Amino acid sequence: MRVTSQAFRTRAAVALKNVELQRAMAKAKGGFVDKRRVAIEALPEFEQLRSVAREIKEHTLSHLDYYLERFESQVIASGGHVHWARTPAEACEIVVGICGGVGARSVTKGKSMVGEEIAINPALENAGLEVIETDLGEYIIQLAKEPPSHIIAPAVHKTRDQVTDLFQEHHSRYGYNQRVTEIPDIVNEARQVLRDAFLSADVGITGANFLVAETGSTIIVTNEGNGDLTNTLPAVHIVTASIEKVVPTLEDATAILRLLARSATGQEMSSYTTFSTGPRRSTDLDGPKEFHVVLVDNGRSQMLGNEFHEMLRCIRCGACLNHCPVYGAVGGHAYGWVYPGPMGSVLTPLMVGLEKANHLPNACTLNGRCEQVCPMSIPLPKMLRQLRVREFEQRLTPARMRWGLSIWTYLARRPHLYQPVMSILVRLLEILGRKRGRFRYLPFAHGWTKVRDMPAPQGQTFQRAWRQSGDGSRL
Amino acid sequence: MNNNAREQILSDIRRALNRTTSLHKSVSAALMARLAGHSVHVQPVVETDLVNRFIAKSKAVASTVVTVPSLMQVPEAVTQYLTTSSQKLEVVMAPDPLLDDIDWPTSMKIERRQAGRQDVVSITGVFAAIAETGTLVLLSGAHSPTTLNFLPDIHIAIVRRQQIITHIEDVWRQIRSELEGMPRTVNLITGPSRTADIEQTIQLGAHGPRSQHVIVVDAE
Amino acid sequence: MAKSYKHGDAGRPRVGLFVTCLVDLFRPSVGFAAVKLLRAAGCDVEIPRAQTCCGQPAYNSGDVKDTREIAKQVIDAFEEFDYVVAPSGSCAGMLKLHYPTLFVSDVVWQQRARALAVRCHELVSFITDVCGMDSVDASFDQSVTYHDSCSGLRELAIHAQPRRLLASVRDLRLSEMCDADVCCGFGGTFCIKYPEISARMVSDKMANTEASGANNVLGGDLGCLLNIAGALKRHGSKIKVYHVAEILADMADVRAIAEGEEPK
Repeated sequence: MRVTSQAFRTRAAVALKNVELQRAMAKAKGGFVDKRRVAIEALPEFEQLRSVAREIKEHTLSHLDYYLERFESQVIASGGHVHWARTPAEACEIVVGICGGVGARSVTKGKSMVGEEIAINPALENAGLEVIETDLGEYIIQLAKEPPSHIIAPAVHKTRDQVTDLFQEHHSRYGYNQRVTEIPDIVNEARQVLRDAFLSADVGITGANFLVAETGSTIIVTNEGNGDLTNTLPAVHIVTASIEKVVPTLEDATAILRLLARSATGQEMSSYTTFSTGPRRSTDLDGPKEFHVVLVDNGRSQMLGNEFHEMLRCIRCGACLNHCPVYGAVGGHAYGWVYPGPMGSVLTPLMVGLEKANHLPNACTLNGRCEQVCPMSIPLPKMLRQLRVREFEQRLTPARMRWGLSIWTYLARRPHLYQPVMSILVRLLEILGRKRGRFRYLPFAHGWTKVRDMPAPQGQTFQRAWRQSGDGSRL
Repeated sequence: MNNNAREQILSDIRRALNRTTSLHKSVSAALMARLAGHSVHVQPVVETDLVNRFIAKSKAVASTVVTVPSLMQVPEAVTQYLTTSSQKLEVVMAPDPLLDDIDWPTSMKIERRQAGRQDVVSITGVFAAIAETGTLVLLSGAHSPTTLNFLPDIHIAIVRRQQIITHIEDVWRQIRSELEGMPRTVNLITGPSRTADIEQTIQLGAHGPRSQHVIVVDAE
Repeated sequence: MAKSYKHGDAGRPRVGLFVTCLVDLFRPSVGFAAVKLLRAAGCDVEIPRAQTCCGQPAYNSGDVKDTREIAKQVIDAFEEFDYVVAPSGSCAGMLKLHYPTLFVSDVVWQQRARALAVRCHELVSFITDVCGMDSVDASFDQSVTYHDSCSGLRELAIHAQPRRLLASVRDLRLSEMCDADVCCGFGGTFCIKYPEISARMVSDKMANTEASGANNVLGGDLGCLLNIAGALKRHGSKIKVYHVAEILADMADVRAIAEGEEPK
């Protein structure tokens, strides 16, 4: 997927003026936040679980090679195959190769963020395969030819009317000519249309929320049941998963599962939590005949050793997006790649290169709400700030910004110069702004006065007023 | 190439972890012990009345639940449920020997197999049911094809009182003691299929069952 | 306060007021309010001359080197005091939580930063949690709503303290707004780098403020308040904006933030 993160500012400005998007975001806003809060208030053990989950992930990451090898051997023991991919290109080549090997023509997919990250759909399509996304949200954006705008609600930016239009445009070829406008009817039409896809697909591709080293199981967590039809009906099931998804035991996975759905949608459990271990057994009446797991690195082994390693704890629940006021204002597409919001602003520069995404760590007020709700206690603001340090060191900070900053720090480091200079400046501004108490325009402060008035200073600096008051003795 | 990738990823990981060689014996022994220990972490408190907890939690996730005193009343409960849902008495049923003892009425058309596109109603047993969350546990196998859990519009699950367990982890304990390894699929099913992908409005019956009906057999 | 103090008169703790650059430049009245509150809480207050800014603009722009220099200057100026108090959650948070992380490879300065950090507090939480004050001598016959500034709320757990003190202000009516804990869109340099996004965030804050029905909005961080007041004025709102210290110190007779002389 093309990275357009450098256009963040323009895309954000467009998003803010996009009436449909703003209407869709307004509907979503609050819902996720309230449901999560209610779910967490109902679980007194939440904070304890949070620290347990963090411990489990840290333990696993510090023995990641061991657990991946263990996972691999267990998959093989249960009759499956494991493939390793350093890059998105390698991962795509592996998946396309498996499909080619079984003469596949059509592929159904469950929602997978790693699938988006490695851009598996275009790779399969270039190889002549028909690819059908089956998660309703993913299906909608596939019809719209758009990337997801949220990691768990990919079509959150679409209004119902837009979905109606898309279905009318694309479903008439299946004989659905009625314009469906009510949510139950829209969902039902997608259900009917996708039934054929599920039943005729040659290969099903899903992601994984967890990999269990103990058993060689891959876990998916869904609500729609599309993931289960994808991994049960076709003859081949391929799982694409990034290497940090592994946990040691079923008990470890269970502990983190208790955080996942609550943090994501406010459910205690999603409707379907499914553990897949190998292909169908000889006595099974259904299930895939082949089971493949593609383990994707794509920069993660690098993160493991640097100051961003805590990001590898992320379980992709989306809580940081749901609580981010910037994400809430501009939506996911402005971020310009696969992962939006706070977690995306950390991951994108690390995966595609800081020079291609250096807006993202800056497009944040460091308000800390993301870290507060993160079930894995990932210090997202700290990491965003750390990326700013890299940016500053690599001189990627815009020249005007650097210039302004260096004047400020020059003065701030010299109190004896700072105080008289500021005294004069403040007095001047007070005289100019006294009447109205504020400025509608100020040179060099366009970024401020463009959207709000600049309050005028009271007239004297505190330092000067304080000395004049005899260090407060005349108060 | 494939093998190269594997070696490189693993060596990159080791380098990141400041290790050049494989793990020290004592460390790998500790890791093996951790894997074998299956130690359970913090669990939510679950009240002792497991049946009522399971029923309440099931209802909270939009499953419908009825309780019958014995296996003999199951056919009547099924018939009643299908009649009130305006469904034909046609079901596809798991070839589960535990369902063999039930005396189904001749008016009901029953096929014992995996599900196909045309099937509207499925009936299965369960491996267990979790009181903590109102979750049904189904394992794939010769007696329990997975398609029954997902393809039909209506899934009716028959749960015996003694199958209701407290926490999710109890499933793992039970699998380890009763089975040789994991089956191909373990399905934890908590309510019917749902989606909120259109305007964050919850709609049941996205791709899996529109209705999840649970019959609890309240006999020892 | 049980502890005895080496410097102050008659066992009164000696507080160095870190006035913050925004209060120094824009609103000295907040500094005077802080002094009054600290004295009422039983402290001796001093204002070291060698203070400018806590270094957040540089810190949050990735300029570690300059941040470190500014931090050293602050530590030098304030380490002689029993306490360092700032009328701002974000500046207090900077001194308390971030300074110690700046000197990972400099043991001496890290020690000094840590020693300062434990004695550093935000104003309102200091007078309540450390000095044990639970009421103030002030009156304000108006309805107010309170905006929780992010750093104070999430880094320093300031939430109940200002509300507890406001409850003791005679005639004051507190009417909570929705999403009081959601960022106003200030974010330091964020608000000038991304004015459109900031504008959206502050317009949500304005809407929640208006919906609270209060005539005044209060907060503990001048950055947020300049942003909120500037936006309210741009949109012609009559709602007034004060720093919470001004109300608690009974010093609301000054013009509200961004208020002018002109007749309404």
